[in-house]
Amino acid sequence: MNYPKITKILETKKETNNVKTIKFEYTNNTQPGQFFMIWVPGFDEIPMSVSYIEKDVKGITFKKVGDATKALFELKQGKKIGIRGPYGNGFKIEGKKILIVAGGTGIAMILPVVEAYIKKNILPTIIIGAKNKDELFFENRLKKLDLKIYVTTDDGSKGFKGLSTDLAKNIIKEYKFDTVLTCGPELMMKKLFEICSNISFQASLERYIKCGIGICGQCCVDNGLRVCKEGPVFDNKLLRNIEDFGVFKRNAAGIKIKF
Amino acid sequence: MDEDAGSMNRIFNSGAGAIVTKSIGLKPREGYPNPTVIELEHGILNAMGLPNPGIELIKDEIIKLKKYNITVIGSIFGSNIDEYEKLAEKMQQYKVDALELNMSCPHAKGYGLEIGYDPKLVKDITSQVKDSVDIPVFVKLSPNLTNIVNIARSAEAGNADAIVAINTIKAMKIDLELKTPILSNKIGGYSGKAIKPVGVRCVYEISKNVDIPIIGVGGITTGEDAIEYFMAGASAIQIGSGIYYRGIEIFKIVCDEIKIWMKKHGYKNLNEIIGVAHL
Repeated sequence: MNYPKITKILETKKETNNVKTIKFEYTNNTQPGQFFMIWVPGFDEIPMSVSYIEKDVKGITFKKVGDATKALFELKQGKKIGIRGPYGNGFKIEGKKILIVAGGTGIAMILPVVEAYIKKNILPTIIIGAKNKDELFFENRLKKLDLKIYVTTDDGSKGFKGLSTDLAKNIIKEYKFDTVLTCGPELMMKKLFEICSNISFQASLERYIKCGIGICGQCCVDNGLRVCKEGPVFDNKLLRNIEDFGVFKRNAAGIKIKF
Repeated sequence: MDEDAGSMNRIFNSGAGAIVTKSIGLKPREGYPNPTVIELEHGILNAMGLPNPGIELIKDEIIKLKKYNITVIGSIFGSNIDEYEKLAEKMQQYKVDALELNMSCPHAKGYGLEIGYDPKLVKDITSQVKDSVDIPVFVKLSPNLTNIVNIARSAEAGNADAIVAINTIKAMKIDLELKTPILSNKIGGYSGKAIKPVGVRCVYEISKNVDIPIIGVGGITTGEDAIEYFMAGASAIQIGSGIYYRGIEIFKIVCDEIKIWMKKHGYKNLNEIIGVAHL
Protein backbone atom coordinates (compact mmCIF):
# COMPACT_ATOMS: atom_id res chain seq x y z
CA MET A 1 0.00 0.00 0.00
CA ASN A 2 1.19 3.52 -0.80
CA TYR A 3 1.32 4.65 2.74
CA PRO A 4 4.45 5.77 4.60
CA LYS A 5 6.10 2.99 6.55
CA ILE A 6 7.60 4.44 9.72
CA THR A 7 11.15 3.27 10.20
CA LYS A 8 14.10 4.24 12.36
CA ILE A 9 17.30 5.66 10.92
CA LEU A 10 19.91 2.92 11.27
CA GLU A 11 22.97 4.88 10.31
CA THR A 12 23.96 8.30 9.05
CA LYS A 13 27.14 9.39 7.31
CA LYS A 14 28.27 12.86 6.39
CA GLU A 15 29.61 12.73 2.83
CA THR A 16 30.44 16.45 2.50
CA ASN A 17 29.50 19.56 4.48
CA ASN A 18 26.10 19.54 2.81
CA VAL A 19 25.59 15.95 1.72
CA LYS A 20 24.56 13.11 3.96
CA THR A 21 23.67 9.44 3.64
CA ILE A 22 20.90 7.90 5.71
CA LYS A 23 20.33 4.17 5.88
CA PHE A 24 17.15 2.52 7.09
CA GLU A 25 15.61 -0.92 7.29
CA TYR A 26 13.46 -1.44 4.22
CA THR A 27 12.91 -4.77 2.57
CA ASN A 28 11.05 -3.78 -0.62
CA ASN A 29 12.79 -4.90 -3.79
CA THR A 30 14.39 -1.76 -5.24
CA GLN A 31 16.05 -1.15 -8.60
CA PRO A 32 18.84 1.35 -9.32
CA GLY A 33 17.31 4.67 -10.38
CA GLN A 34 14.06 4.19 -8.47
CA PHE A 35 13.08 6.62 -5.74
CA PHE A 36 11.36 6.71 -2.37
CA MET A 37 9.04 9.32 -0.93
CA ILE A 38 10.77 10.25 2.32
CA TRP A 39 8.51 11.77 4.94
CA VAL A 40 10.21 14.05 7.43
CA PRO A 41 7.37 14.41 9.93
CA GLY A 42 6.41 18.01 10.53
CA PHE A 43 8.18 19.24 7.40
CA ASP A 44 7.51 17.63 4.05
CA GLU A 45 7.62 14.42 2.08
CA ILE A 46 10.19 14.48 -0.71
CA PRO A 47 11.34 12.17 -3.50
CA MET A 48 14.84 10.73 -3.14
CA SER A 49 16.67 8.21 -5.26
CA VAL A 50 18.08 5.09 -3.72
CA SER A 51 21.84 5.28 -3.16
CA TYR A 52 22.40 2.02 -1.29
CA ILE A 53 20.62 -1.23 -2.11
CA GLU A 54 21.12 -4.09 0.31
CA LYS A 55 18.69 -6.90 1.00
CA ASP A 56 17.00 -5.51 4.11
CA VAL A 57 18.55 -2.07 4.20
CA LYS A 58 18.27 0.82 1.77
CA GLY A 59 19.95 4.20 1.75
CA ILE A 60 19.49 7.70 0.39
CA THR A 61 22.12 10.36 -0.10
CA PHE A 62 20.99 13.95 -0.30
CA LYS A 63 22.02 17.58 -0.13
CA LYS A 64 20.70 20.23 2.23
CA VAL A 65 18.66 22.48 -0.02
CA GLY A 66 15.38 23.32 1.71
CA ASP A 67 13.61 23.04 5.06
CA ALA A 68 12.85 19.35 4.76
CA THR A 69 16.34 18.30 3.69
CA LYS A 70 17.83 20.52 6.41
CA ALA A 71 15.63 18.83 8.99
CA LEU A 72 16.48 15.41 7.62
CA PHE A 73 20.17 16.29 7.68
CA GLU A 74 19.94 16.94 11.43
CA LEU A 75 18.13 13.70 12.26
CA LYS A 76 20.27 11.29 14.26
CA GLN A 77 20.37 7.52 14.31
CA GLY A 78 17.20 6.09 15.88
CA LYS A 79 14.92 8.95 14.75
CA LYS A 80 11.79 8.02 12.85
CA ILE A 81 11.05 8.83 9.22
CA GLY A 82 8.35 7.59 6.85
CA ILE A 83 9.14 5.77 3.61
CA ARG A 84 6.93 4.94 0.62
CA GLY A 85 8.06 3.26 -2.55
CA PRO A 86 10.20 2.46 -4.36
CA TYR A 87 8.54 4.24 -7.26
CA GLY A 88 9.08 4.72 -10.96
CA ASN A 89 11.21 3.00 -13.52
CA GLY A 90 14.91 2.79 -12.81
CA PHE A 91 17.80 2.39 -15.23
CA LYS A 92 17.73 -0.53 -17.62
CA ILE A 93 20.99 -2.34 -17.00
CA GLU A 94 21.73 -2.95 -20.67
CA GLY A 95 24.64 -2.60 -23.08
CA LYS A 96 28.21 -3.79 -22.97
CA LYS A 97 30.39 -0.70 -23.17
CA ILE A 98 28.99 1.73 -20.68
CA LEU A 99 29.70 5.33 -19.76
CA ILE A 100 28.03 6.78 -16.67
CA VAL A 101 28.08 10.54 -16.19
CA ALA A 102 26.94 11.98 -12.88
CA GLY A 103 26.91 15.60 -11.83
CA GLY A 104 26.36 17.17 -8.39
CA THR A 105 23.89 15.27 -6.24
CA GLY A 106 23.24 13.06 -9.27
CA ILE A 107 26.29 11.13 -8.06
CA ALA A 108 24.12 9.73 -5.25
CA MET A 109 21.98 7.49 -7.41
CA ILE A 110 24.58 6.15 -9.82
CA LEU A 111 26.39 3.90 -7.35
CA PRO A 112 23.65 1.25 -7.34
CA VAL A 113 23.69 1.45 -11.15
CA VAL A 114 27.41 0.80 -11.22
CA GLU A 115 27.02 -2.10 -8.79
CA ALA A 116 24.27 -3.63 -10.94
CA TYR A 117 26.58 -3.60 -13.98
CA ILE A 118 29.42 -5.13 -11.99
CA LYS A 119 27.08 -7.94 -10.95
CA LYS A 120 26.67 -8.63 -14.66
CA ASN A 121 30.48 -8.60 -15.07
CA ILE A 122 30.41 -5.35 -17.00
CA LEU A 123 32.76 -2.61 -15.86
CA PRO A 124 31.39 0.82 -16.72
CA THR A 125 33.50 3.94 -17.15
CA ILE A 126 32.51 6.71 -14.76
CA ILE A 127 32.64 10.49 -14.85
CA ILE A 128 31.68 12.30 -11.68
CA GLY A 129 31.57 16.06 -11.71
CA ALA A 130 30.99 18.79 -9.13
CA LYS A 131 31.52 22.52 -8.71
CA ASN A 132 34.62 21.95 -6.59
CA LYS A 133 36.42 19.21 -4.67
CA ASP A 134 34.47 19.88 -1.47
CA GLU A 135 31.23 18.93 -3.19
CA LEU A 136 32.47 15.61 -4.52
CA PHE A 137 31.38 12.45 -2.74
CA PHE A 138 31.32 8.69 -3.20
CA GLU A 139 34.80 8.87 -4.73
CA ASN A 140 36.16 6.34 -2.26
CA ARG A 141 33.15 4.09 -2.69
CA LEU A 142 33.81 4.12 -6.43
CA LYS A 143 37.56 3.62 -6.12
CA LYS A 144 37.03 0.31 -4.33
CA LEU A 145 35.29 -1.01 -7.43
CA ASP A 146 38.37 -0.88 -9.64
CA LEU A 147 36.85 1.00 -12.55
CA LYS A 148 38.03 3.71 -14.86
CA ILE A 149 36.96 6.86 -13.04
CA TYR A 150 37.27 10.44 -14.19
CA VAL A 151 36.70 13.37 -11.87
CA THR A 152 35.84 16.86 -13.06
CA THR A 153 35.40 20.09 -11.13
CA ASP A 154 34.25 23.41 -12.51
CA ASP A 155 37.08 25.24 -10.73
CA GLY A 156 39.76 22.61 -11.29
CA SER A 157 40.25 21.98 -7.56
CA LYS A 158 40.30 18.28 -8.42
CA GLY A 159 40.66 16.30 -11.63
CA PHE A 160 39.76 17.72 -15.00
CA LYS A 161 38.97 21.42 -14.90
CA GLY A 162 35.70 22.09 -16.64
CA LEU A 163 32.30 20.57 -17.20
CA SER A 164 31.75 16.83 -17.12
CA THR A 165 30.20 17.13 -20.58
CA ASP A 166 33.44 18.56 -22.00
CA LEU A 167 35.35 15.57 -20.72
CA ALA A 168 32.60 13.20 -21.83
CA LYS A 169 32.82 14.60 -25.35
CA ASN A 170 36.52 13.77 -25.49
CA ILE A 171 36.32 10.25 -24.17
CA ILE A 172 33.23 9.38 -26.20
CA LYS A 173 35.33 10.20 -29.28
CA GLU A 174 38.11 8.00 -28.04
CA TYR A 175 36.18 4.94 -26.82
CA LYS A 176 33.20 3.38 -28.54
CA PHE A 177 30.50 3.31 -25.85
CA ASP A 178 27.23 1.64 -26.77
CA THR A 179 25.32 3.02 -23.76
CA VAL A 180 25.46 6.26 -21.80
CA LEU A 181 23.59 6.70 -18.51
CA THR A 182 23.33 9.99 -16.68
CA CYS A 183 21.96 11.81 -13.68
CA GLY A 184 22.66 15.40 -12.77
CA PRO A 185 21.68 18.96 -13.61
CA GLU A 186 19.24 18.86 -16.50
CA LEU A 187 21.22 21.21 -18.73
CA MET A 188 24.24 18.93 -18.32
CA MET A 189 22.15 15.90 -19.27
CA LYS A 190 20.66 17.70 -22.25
CA LYS A 191 24.12 18.62 -23.51
CA LEU A 192 25.29 15.07 -23.03
CA PHE A 193 22.23 13.82 -24.91
CA GLU A 194 23.18 16.01 -27.84
CA ILE A 195 26.73 14.66 -27.76
CA CYS A 196 25.45 11.05 -27.70
CA SER A 197 23.42 11.31 -30.88
CA ASN A 198 23.78 7.68 -31.95
CA ILE A 199 24.40 6.04 -28.60
CA SER A 200 21.75 4.37 -26.48
CA PHE A 201 21.01 6.88 -23.72
CA GLN A 202 19.16 6.97 -20.40
CA ALA A 203 18.71 9.99 -18.15
CA SER A 204 17.02 10.41 -14.80
CA LEU A 205 14.84 13.51 -14.70
CA GLU A 206 13.95 15.46 -11.60
CA ARG A 207 10.60 17.17 -11.24
CA TYR A 208 8.48 18.41 -8.33
CA ILE A 209 6.69 15.27 -7.16
CA LYS A 210 3.63 15.28 -4.94
CA CYS A 211 1.70 12.00 -4.97
CA GLY A 212 4.40 9.69 -6.36
CA ILE A 213 1.71 7.29 -7.57
CA GLY A 214 0.72 8.78 -10.90
CA ILE A 215 -2.55 10.53 -10.13
CA CYS A 216 -1.97 14.17 -9.25
CA GLY A 217 -0.22 15.22 -12.46
CA GLN A 218 2.29 17.52 -10.79
CA CYS A 219 5.38 15.88 -12.33
CA CYS A 220 4.12 15.43 -15.90
CA VAL A 221 6.39 16.24 -18.83
CA ASP A 222 5.64 16.29 -22.54
CA ASN A 223 2.38 14.59 -23.42
CA GLY A 224 1.42 13.52 -19.89
CA LEU A 225 4.47 11.39 -19.14
CA ARG A 226 4.61 11.08 -15.39
CA VAL A 227 8.14 11.35 -14.00
CA CYS A 228 6.97 9.41 -10.92
CA LYS A 229 5.48 6.60 -12.95
CA GLU A 230 6.85 6.34 -16.50
CA GLY A 231 10.12 7.96 -15.29
CA PRO A 232 12.20 9.12 -13.59
CA VAL A 233 14.56 7.39 -16.02
CA PHE A 234 13.73 7.96 -19.68
CA ASP A 235 15.57 6.58 -22.70
CA ASN A 236 16.62 8.35 -25.88
CA LYS A 237 13.45 7.39 -27.75
CA LEU A 238 11.30 9.21 -25.21
CA LEU A 239 13.74 12.02 -24.46
CA ARG A 240 13.90 12.98 -28.11
CA ASN A 241 10.20 13.90 -27.97
CA ILE A 242 10.09 15.48 -24.53
CA GLU A 243 9.96 19.18 -25.36
CA ASP A 244 10.43 20.09 -21.69
CA PHE A 245 13.77 18.25 -21.45
CA GLY A 246 16.44 20.82 -20.68
CA VAL A 247 13.98 23.65 -21.29
CA PHE A 248 11.63 24.01 -18.32
CA LYS A 249 10.20 22.35 -15.24
CA ARG A 250 7.07 23.20 -13.28
CA ASN A 251 6.87 24.56 -9.74
CA ALA A 252 4.37 23.41 -7.10
CA ALA A 253 1.68 25.58 -8.68
CA GLY A 254 2.29 24.04 -12.11
CA ILE A 255 3.97 27.17 -13.48
CA LYS A 256 6.72 26.66 -16.05
CA ILE A 257 10.17 27.59 -14.78
CA LYS A 258 12.98 27.79 -17.33
CA PHE A 259 16.27 26.07 -16.60
CA MET B 1 -3.49 14.78 -14.26
CA ASP B 2 -5.30 17.89 -15.32
CA GLU B 3 -3.07 20.90 -14.95
CA ASP B 4 -1.06 20.95 -18.19
CA ALA B 5 -2.12 20.52 -21.80
CA GLY B 6 0.10 17.47 -22.33
CA SER B 7 -1.42 15.34 -19.61
CA MET B 8 -4.99 16.40 -20.39
CA ASN B 9 -4.35 15.51 -24.01
CA ARG B 10 -3.06 12.09 -22.96
CA ILE B 11 -6.16 11.41 -20.85
CA PHE B 12 -8.47 12.54 -23.63
CA ASN B 13 -6.72 10.20 -26.04
CA SER B 14 -7.16 7.40 -23.52
CA GLY B 15 -10.90 7.47 -24.14
CA ALA B 16 -12.34 10.25 -21.97
CA GLY B 17 -15.12 12.24 -23.65
CA ALA B 18 -14.09 15.46 -21.96
CA ILE B 19 -11.48 16.73 -19.54
CA VAL B 20 -12.15 18.68 -16.36
CA THR B 21 -9.21 20.94 -15.55
CA LYS B 22 -7.72 21.20 -12.11
CA SER B 23 -9.68 23.84 -10.24
CA ILE B 24 -8.30 27.21 -11.21
CA GLY B 25 -8.32 30.33 -9.05
CA LEU B 26 -7.40 33.93 -9.72
CA LYS B 27 -3.81 33.61 -8.52
CA PRO B 28 -1.24 30.82 -8.62
CA ARG B 29 -1.35 28.49 -5.60
CA GLU B 30 1.31 25.98 -4.68
CA GLY B 31 -0.99 23.90 -2.53
CA TYR B 32 0.05 22.24 0.71
CA PRO B 33 3.40 20.63 1.50
CA ASN B 34 3.55 16.85 1.26
CA PRO B 35 2.24 14.41 2.33
CA THR B 36 -0.68 15.47 0.16
CA VAL B 37 -1.81 12.06 -1.08
CA ILE B 38 -1.82 8.65 0.56
CA GLU B 39 -3.48 5.40 -0.25
CA LEU B 40 -5.66 3.84 2.42
CA GLU B 41 -7.11 0.38 2.53
CA HIS B 42 -10.26 1.22 0.58
CA GLY B 43 -9.60 4.58 -1.01
CA ILE B 44 -7.30 7.54 -1.49
CA LEU B 45 -6.95 10.44 0.91
CA ASN B 46 -5.70 13.78 -0.38
CA ALA B 47 -5.27 17.37 0.63
CA MET B 48 -3.55 18.93 -2.35
CA GLY B 49 -4.72 22.40 -1.32
CA LEU B 50 -6.00 23.53 -4.73
CA PRO B 51 -2.59 23.91 -6.43
CA ASN B 52 -2.94 25.66 -9.76
CA PRO B 53 -1.05 28.12 -11.96
CA GLY B 54 -3.81 30.72 -11.79
CA ILE B 55 -6.28 31.88 -14.42
CA GLU B 56 -3.74 33.89 -16.45
CA LEU B 57 -1.22 31.10 -16.90
CA ILE B 58 -3.75 28.32 -17.54
CA LYS B 59 -4.69 30.20 -20.72
CA ASP B 60 -1.88 28.72 -22.84
CA GLU B 61 -2.64 25.18 -21.67
CA ILE B 62 -6.33 25.46 -22.56
CA ILE B 63 -5.71 27.14 -25.89
CA LYS B 64 -3.30 24.32 -26.75
CA LEU B 65 -5.96 21.74 -25.85
CA LYS B 66 -8.62 23.47 -27.91
CA LYS B 67 -6.24 23.38 -30.86
CA TYR B 68 -6.42 19.57 -30.63
CA ASN B 69 -10.24 19.83 -30.54
CA ILE B 70 -10.44 18.45 -27.03
CA THR B 71 -13.61 19.03 -25.03
CA VAL B 72 -12.58 20.96 -21.93
CA ILE B 73 -14.61 21.67 -18.83
CA GLY B 74 -12.94 24.51 -16.94
CA SER B 75 -13.13 24.05 -13.20
CA ILE B 76 -12.92 27.23 -11.14
CA PHE B 77 -12.93 28.18 -7.47
CA GLY B 78 -13.30 31.57 -5.87
CA SER B 79 -13.95 33.05 -2.45
CA ASN B 80 -16.84 35.27 -3.50
CA ILE B 81 -19.25 36.06 -6.33
CA ASP B 82 -16.91 38.52 -8.06
CA GLU B 83 -14.06 36.02 -8.22
CA TYR B 84 -16.27 33.32 -9.72
CA GLU B 85 -17.56 35.78 -12.29
CA LYS B 86 -14.07 36.93 -13.32
CA LEU B 87 -12.81 33.37 -13.59
CA ALA B 88 -15.86 32.28 -15.58
CA GLU B 89 -15.46 35.11 -18.07
CA LYS B 90 -11.78 34.29 -18.57
CA MET B 91 -12.51 30.62 -19.07
CA GLN B 92 -15.13 31.50 -21.66
CA GLN B 93 -12.58 33.69 -23.47
CA TYR B 94 -10.22 30.70 -23.53
CA LYS B 95 -13.05 28.79 -25.28
CA VAL B 96 -13.71 26.07 -22.74
CA ASP B 97 -16.81 24.06 -23.58
CA ALA B 98 -18.38 24.28 -20.14
CA LEU B 99 -17.66 25.47 -16.61
CA GLU B 100 -17.59 23.53 -13.39
CA LEU B 101 -17.95 25.64 -10.26
CA ASN B 102 -16.03 23.97 -7.47
CA MET B 103 -18.09 24.68 -4.36
CA SER B 104 -17.05 21.58 -2.55
CA CYS B 105 -13.29 21.24 -1.95
CA PRO B 106 -13.20 20.03 1.66
CA HIS B 107 -9.71 21.22 2.60
CA ALA B 108 -9.06 24.80 1.46
CA LYS B 109 -9.81 27.63 3.85
CA GLY B 110 -12.12 30.25 2.41
CA TYR B 111 -12.90 28.25 -0.70
CA GLY B 112 -14.84 25.25 -1.91
CA LEU B 113 -17.04 23.77 0.77
CA GLU B 114 -16.89 27.00 2.79
CA ILE B 115 -18.90 28.52 -0.08
CA GLY B 116 -20.85 25.42 -0.99
CA TYR B 117 -22.57 24.86 2.36
CA ASP B 118 -24.55 28.10 2.04
CA PRO B 119 -27.68 27.64 -0.13
CA LYS B 120 -28.11 31.34 -0.82
CA LEU B 121 -24.47 31.84 -1.83
CA VAL B 122 -24.59 28.79 -4.12
CA LYS B 123 -27.67 30.18 -5.84
CA ASP B 124 -26.26 33.71 -6.13
CA ILE B 125 -22.89 32.62 -7.50
CA THR B 126 -24.46 30.23 -9.96
CA SER B 127 -26.92 32.76 -11.26
CA GLN B 128 -24.29 35.51 -11.50
CA VAL B 129 -21.97 33.20 -13.47
CA LYS B 130 -24.86 32.11 -15.68
CA ASP B 131 -25.63 35.74 -16.44
CA SER B 132 -22.06 36.51 -17.40
CA VAL B 133 -21.29 33.58 -19.74
CA ASP B 134 -23.07 31.69 -22.53
CA ILE B 135 -21.48 28.27 -22.01
CA PRO B 136 -23.08 25.56 -19.85
CA VAL B 137 -22.41 25.87 -16.12
CA PHE B 138 -22.14 22.85 -13.81
CA VAL B 139 -22.00 23.06 -10.03
CA LYS B 140 -19.92 20.49 -8.16
CA LEU B 141 -21.36 19.64 -4.78
CA SER B 142 -19.98 18.25 -1.58
CA PRO B 143 -21.30 15.21 0.27
CA ASN B 144 -20.12 16.84 3.51
CA LEU B 145 -23.50 18.48 4.08
CA THR B 146 -26.45 17.43 6.15
CA ASN B 147 -28.68 17.90 3.14
CA ILE B 148 -27.11 17.83 -0.30
CA VAL B 149 -30.55 18.11 -1.92
CA ASN B 150 -31.04 21.65 -0.57
CA ILE B 151 -27.82 22.79 -2.15
CA ALA B 152 -28.62 21.02 -5.41
CA ARG B 153 -31.95 22.87 -5.45
CA SER B 154 -30.07 26.15 -4.90
CA ALA B 155 -27.85 25.43 -7.89
CA GLU B 156 -30.92 24.63 -9.97
CA ALA B 157 -32.61 27.83 -8.77
CA GLY B 158 -29.48 29.70 -9.91
CA ASN B 159 -30.04 28.20 -13.39
CA ALA B 160 -27.17 25.71 -13.31
CA ASP B 161 -27.18 23.48 -16.38
CA ALA B 162 -26.10 20.42 -14.42
CA ILE B 163 -25.03 19.18 -11.00
CA VAL B 164 -21.76 17.33 -10.45
CA ALA B 165 -21.86 15.02 -7.44
CA ILE B 166 -19.87 14.24 -5.44
CA ASN B 167 -16.59 15.84 -4.39
CA THR B 168 -14.42 14.01 -1.84
CA ILE B 169 -15.53 13.19 1.69
CA LYS B 170 -13.79 14.94 4.58
CA ALA B 171 -11.52 12.43 6.25
CA MET B 172 -8.35 11.91 8.26
CA LYS B 173 -5.69 9.27 8.77
CA ILE B 174 -3.60 9.18 11.93
CA ASP B 175 -0.37 7.24 12.00
CA LEU B 176 -0.23 5.11 15.14
CA GLU B 177 3.54 5.03 15.32
CA LEU B 178 3.97 8.81 15.14
CA LYS B 179 0.59 9.57 16.75
CA THR B 180 -0.06 12.32 14.22
CA PRO B 181 -2.24 12.89 11.14
CA ILE B 182 -0.26 12.00 8.05
CA LEU B 183 -1.46 14.70 5.66
CA SER B 184 0.31 18.00 6.20
CA ASN B 185 -3.11 19.66 6.20
CA LYS B 186 -4.27 16.98 8.67
CA ILE B 187 -7.75 16.83 7.12
CA GLY B 188 -8.23 15.75 3.54
CA GLY B 189 -10.79 14.42 1.11
CA TYR B 190 -11.45 10.74 0.69
CA SER B 191 -11.97 9.35 -2.80
CA GLY B 192 -11.82 6.02 -4.56
CA LYS B 193 -13.72 2.79 -4.13
CA ALA B 194 -14.86 3.41 -0.56
CA ILE B 195 -16.98 6.45 -1.41
CA LYS B 196 -19.00 5.00 -4.28
CA PRO B 197 -22.05 4.12 -2.17
CA VAL B 198 -22.12 7.68 -0.80
CA GLY B 199 -21.90 9.09 -4.33
CA VAL B 200 -24.64 6.82 -5.61
CA ARG B 201 -26.91 7.79 -2.73
CA CYS B 202 -26.29 11.51 -3.32
CA VAL B 203 -26.99 11.23 -7.03
CA TYR B 204 -30.16 9.26 -6.27
CA GLU B 205 -31.43 11.86 -3.80
CA ILE B 206 -30.55 14.81 -6.03
CA SER B 207 -32.09 13.18 -9.06
CA LYS B 208 -35.36 12.73 -7.18
CA ASN B 209 -35.49 16.42 -6.39
CA VAL B 210 -34.09 18.40 -9.30
CA ASP B 211 -34.80 18.35 -13.02
CA ILE B 212 -31.38 19.28 -14.41
CA PRO B 213 -28.92 16.54 -15.44
CA ILE B 214 -26.42 15.10 -12.97
CA ILE B 215 -22.83 14.12 -13.60
CA GLY B 216 -21.96 11.29 -11.22
CA VAL B 217 -18.51 11.01 -9.68
CA GLY B 218 -17.02 9.17 -6.75
CA GLY B 219 -15.32 5.80 -6.68
CA ILE B 220 -16.02 4.71 -10.23
CA THR B 221 -13.49 2.14 -11.40
CA THR B 222 -15.57 -0.24 -13.54
CA GLY B 223 -18.31 -0.13 -16.14
CA GLU B 224 -20.70 -1.59 -13.59
CA ASP B 225 -19.90 1.24 -11.17
CA ALA B 226 -20.82 3.66 -13.95
CA ILE B 227 -24.06 1.77 -14.66
CA GLU B 228 -24.94 2.05 -10.97
CA TYR B 229 -24.54 5.84 -11.14
CA PHE B 230 -26.65 5.93 -14.33
CA MET B 231 -29.39 3.93 -12.62
CA ALA B 232 -29.28 6.38 -9.69
CA GLY B 233 -29.93 9.19 -12.16
CA ALA B 234 -26.59 10.36 -13.54
CA SER B 235 -26.38 11.24 -17.24
CA ALA B 236 -22.61 11.24 -17.39
CA ILE B 237 -19.74 10.28 -15.11
CA GLN B 238 -16.29 11.51 -14.12
CA ILE B 239 -13.27 9.43 -13.14
CA GLY B 240 -10.27 10.62 -11.15
CA SER B 241 -8.88 8.24 -8.54
CA GLY B 242 -9.79 5.35 -10.83
CA ILE B 243 -6.60 6.14 -12.73
CA TYR B 244 -4.72 4.87 -9.71
CA TYR B 245 -6.56 1.56 -9.66
CA ARG B 246 -6.62 0.76 -13.38
CA GLY B 247 -4.14 3.09 -15.05
CA ILE B 248 -4.73 5.80 -17.62
CA GLU B 249 -6.40 3.20 -19.85
CA ILE B 250 -9.35 3.21 -17.41
CA PHE B 251 -11.38 5.57 -19.61
CA LYS B 252 -11.48 3.24 -22.56
CA ILE B 253 -11.87 0.17 -20.34
CA VAL B 254 -14.89 1.61 -18.51
CA CYS B 255 -16.53 2.66 -21.81
CA ASP B 256 -16.03 -0.85 -23.15
CA GLU B 257 -17.40 -2.40 -19.98
CA ILE B 258 -20.49 -0.17 -20.14
CA LYS B 259 -21.11 -1.30 -23.73
CA ILE B 260 -20.62 -4.95 -22.83
CA TRP B 261 -23.02 -4.69 -19.90
CA MET B 262 -25.65 -2.95 -22.00
CA LYS B 263 -25.38 -5.49 -24.77
CA LYS B 264 -25.58 -8.38 -22.34
CA HIS B 265 -28.71 -6.90 -20.76
CA GLY B 266 -30.40 -5.91 -23.99
CA TYR B 267 -30.04 -2.12 -23.81
CA LYS B 268 -29.32 -0.06 -26.89
CA ASN B 269 -29.34 3.44 -25.47
CA LEU B 270 -28.01 4.80 -22.17
CA ASN B 271 -31.26 6.74 -21.73
CA GLU B 272 -32.98 3.45 -21.06
CA ILE B 273 -31.08 3.00 -17.82
CA ILE B 274 -30.66 6.56 -16.56
CA GLY B 275 -32.71 6.89 -13.39
CA VAL B 276 -34.31 3.44 -13.61
CA ALA B 277 -33.65 2.91 -9.91
CA HIS B 278 -36.37 5.45 -9.22
CA LEU B 279 -39.12 3.55 -11.02
